[in-house]
Amino acid sequence: MEGKVKTRRSLLNWLLTGSLGTLILATIYPIIRFIYPPDKPEAVRNTIVAAKVGELEKNSGKIFKFGTKPGILVYTSGGDYRAFSAVCTHLQCTVQYEPTRGDIWCACHNGRFDLTGRNISGPPPSPLEAYDVAIRGEEIIVSRRTG
Amino acid sequence: MTRDRGRKIYDWLDSRVGLSSVVELLRQKQVPKHRHTTWYYFGGMTLFLFVIQIITGIFLLLYYRPTAEAAYESVKFIMTEVEFGWLMRSIHSWSANLMIAVMLIHMFSVFFLKSYRKPREVTWISGVLLLFLSLAFGFSGYLLPWNKLAYFATKVGTDIAGSIPVVGEPVLRLLRGGEEVTGATLTRFFGVHVAILPMIATFMLGLHLFLIQKHGMALPLKEAREKEAGGDLQNIPFMPNFLLRDAIGWIIALGFLVFLASVFPWELGEKADPLASAPAGIKPEWFFMFMFQTLKFIPGHILFIEGEILGILAFSTAGAILLFIPFIDKQANRLQDNRSLTIAGAIALIYFIIFTILGYIY
Amino acid sequence: MTFWMARQYRSVRYILILVSIVVLVPVNRLSADSCMKCHQEIEGAPDSPTKLIVSDIHYRNAISCADCHGGDPTVGYEEGDPSLAMDPEKGYIGVPSYNEIPKFCSRCHSDVEYMRERRPKLRIDQHQLYLTSVHGKRLKEGDKRVAQCVSCHGAHGILSSNDVRSSTYVENIPGTCANCHANEDYMARYGIPTDQYDEYSRSVHGRLLFEKHEKSAPTCNSCHGNHGAAPLGLASIAAACGQCHGINQALFDKSPHFEPWKELGIPECIRCHNHHLVLTPTDNQVGVGENSFCIECHSRGDNGYEAAAEMSSAIDSLKMLIDEADSIIRRIEMSGVDIETARYNLTEATDRLIEARNKIHSFNSRTVRDITKNGISKARHVIQSAEEAGEDMETKQKGLLFTSILIIILAGLLFLKIRQIEGRVNK
Repeated sequence: MEGKVKTRRSLLNWLLTGSLGTLILATIYPIIRFIYPPDKPEAVRNTIVAAKVGELEKNSGKIFKFGTKPGILVYTSGGDYRAFSAVCTHLQCTVQYEPTRGDIWCACHNGRFDLTGRNISGPPPSPLEAYDVAIRGEEIIVSRRTG
Repeated sequence: MTRDRGRKIYDWLDSRVGLSSVVELLRQKQVPKHRHTTWYYFGGMTLFLFVIQIITGIFLLLYYRPTAEAAYESVKFIMTEVEFGWLMRSIHSWSANLMIAVMLIHMFSVFFLKSYRKPREVTWISGVLLLFLSLAFGFSGYLLPWNKLAYFATKVGTDIAGSIPVVGEPVLRLLRGGEEVTGATLTRFFGVHVAILPMIATFMLGLHLFLIQKHGMALPLKEAREKEAGGDLQNIPFMPNFLLRDAIGWIIALGFLVFLASVFPWELGEKADPLASAPAGIKPEWFFMFMFQTLKFIPGHILFIEGEILGILAFSTAGAILLFIPFIDKQANRLQDNRSLTIAGAIALIYFIIFTILGYIY
Repeated sequence: MTFWMARQYRSVRYILILVSIVVLVPVNRLSADSCMKCHQEIEGAPDSPTKLIVSDIHYRNAISCADCHGGDPTVGYEEGDPSLAMDPEKGYIGVPSYNEIPKFCSRCHSDVEYMRERRPKLRIDQHQLYLTSVHGKRLKEGDKRVAQCVSCHGAHGILSSNDVRSSTYVENIPGTCANCHANEDYMARYGIPTDQYDEYSRSVHGRLLFEKHEKSAPTCNSCHGNHGAAPLGLASIAAACGQCHGINQALFDKSPHFEPWKELGIPECIRCHNHHLVLTPTDNQVGVGENSFCIECHSRGDNGYEAAAEMSSAIDSLKMLIDEADSIIRRIEMSGVDIETARYNLTEATDRLIEARNKIHSFNSRTVRDITKNGISKARHVIQSAEEAGEDMETKQKGLLFTSILIIILAGLLFLKIRQIEGRVNK
């Protein structure tokens, strides 16, 4: 009788310690994961690595993901990098670089922009938003102009 | 073997810190056992939720940015990019609401049990101040995600403060940090929420807990009268019986929190746009709803006074009465039940519940 | 002295100097001009030539009264005899008659040499164009109510069209035309509508110009021409719209509508889109619903009706899928999952939607269907990846429900522990 009570008590204690320990682990685990910085270290990203140096040939362009919207990086035949928002100002299609004419072209309604982002023909009413381009080591960094 | 080592460490600490006096205190501590003992647990539960608020709040600070440009994005970042960030934020939000709910239960139970009577007047006052502080925590925290609903709720809320005669204008400017609700307001609310209020609340909570420790648990009137008449009252030891019961309360609260946070993750909403027109369905947090709803019902003018001002006046008076209840109810000190005050309290509670519900129906 | 030395007044000083240069220099020059001297004395109204001329572009470029009106400005005032200056012998013309004005201005403005020396960028064909315009033709027939140079440009207060105050500044052009064309009484005898300004200002183009201040938005003269203003003929409508919307024009020209419409005399573009009141098209304008343009000509059973129904359903199905994807993304986003990539990928599907809407102008249902199919597969892909991300979330939530259960068990165990402790004490 006495022994039975004792086993029941130790079983209870064992269960209590076990579940309490599990609970503590279940609390600490998310906290540690929370503290550890995520892959994208910043909330407001005004800067992104658009491409690597050498990735683009002269007189070509590349669409890159900038947040939830596309951006376009152009390596001009003159040898400099230009970056713009790739969202056409007419109806928000994604624009592309057209090497034969050396301008930025929107396939949806044939809108054209020059390499400063200015709308030069077709329906787009306003220029593409221009971004700043900087080269840091092997990376081509595109950043939104602030202020 | 391990027990010996534990003993050694304990002895070492005891001779330096004086643990044994604390242990002795806890061992000696007794909690009265009677038909209303259940209500005692709500104070502990409030404390537990407050601790959760502090912990989750501190962790959220690692990623939160208090500017109009980045606040919404940083909360979104916490929710979408940071591992378990959504959980951290959801728990912080749910726990805040749960804490105020439990705190209200705690307050009303103390009120109806008349535990504020001599010598616990200061305990009561510090408790009511803690409630006010919690409401301020809620009001300032609501704006921090900088979403549309919170933005306009803050606008309306501060507008109400601004309609007070004479002092309204400077108070409004003080609250908003300018004429309008802007990034300046956000930064200001942030500072209040994470530094000023915690500082005052910590002090107030320390006082509150110290006084509870000093006076012990209050008895309901009937039991107190019996004790006075020399009756033998049942007690249970604080350690471990009461503490374990308290722990059950905490754990249930924690379980409920985790359940709420995982099944109903706190929404982020749309980013605030100060230039946009106010959206339909602006509502304050639920614990302000009864006031918000009352102000909606009050006619524009009552006699020669503006309805809104009258409402504010009424709520300020009610707040003051609440704060000074121990001095209003002299009968409780003589262990007599002040019926009219109990009824008034019941009416206030019913009013609170009905107007809160009405706020969500309309 | 202190004023001219003190640092803090530096900017005030600059402004004063600038103002005196702008105001005093020309006035000094012209105060030596007998035309100005006399006319300033006899004119008082704020819109009198001597008042207006001060801001006039010609005057600012040192073209004096006599340069247009002729005569001799060096004499007449001192002598007290205006006829010395206003002497027809000295080339004095005076006020040109209404129908002489175009010729009057063109003496300089159509003079290649003269203009090249002064404003080489400016065109010199305005008069030539004017003669081909409806205004010019009617003026020649003796109608003195039609517009000529000064009707739009003003006479003595002419401003460059780059000057925002100018009646020919791009944002002011519709208003300038409307001065006459929106005036019902004035236009009554010509039997043409007067609602163009009203319709234009409600159109996408007008709102772009007036509300968004987009300078490249088309205004009256973008389609009608300015100096050669004339209504567009049936054949030239598509060319006018095609200046900007070329891709639509090209599609239309190859479409099955092109030949028959031409034969039937149905105007391109404006048959569906209107001319001045061009509104943002909606998807229900295609198809067989009650708002559809197609069923105005086509009826059940003919090929056009079938094609309209098919194009419309193709576009609707893509649109619905995109809306669905959007709401799924929104929902998952709110629950705290990184879904940025899915949202980015969705732009590919919306691109296809816009392209499909555009391809309606080919009136080839298969072309439209092919594009929407592509869009639909992209949108489906987005929905799939979004839902996978959502399931990820659900797994996490399930993990937490497990924690909740653990907590309940712990609470139960604690309860048992209490009973055990208290049972021992009671025994």
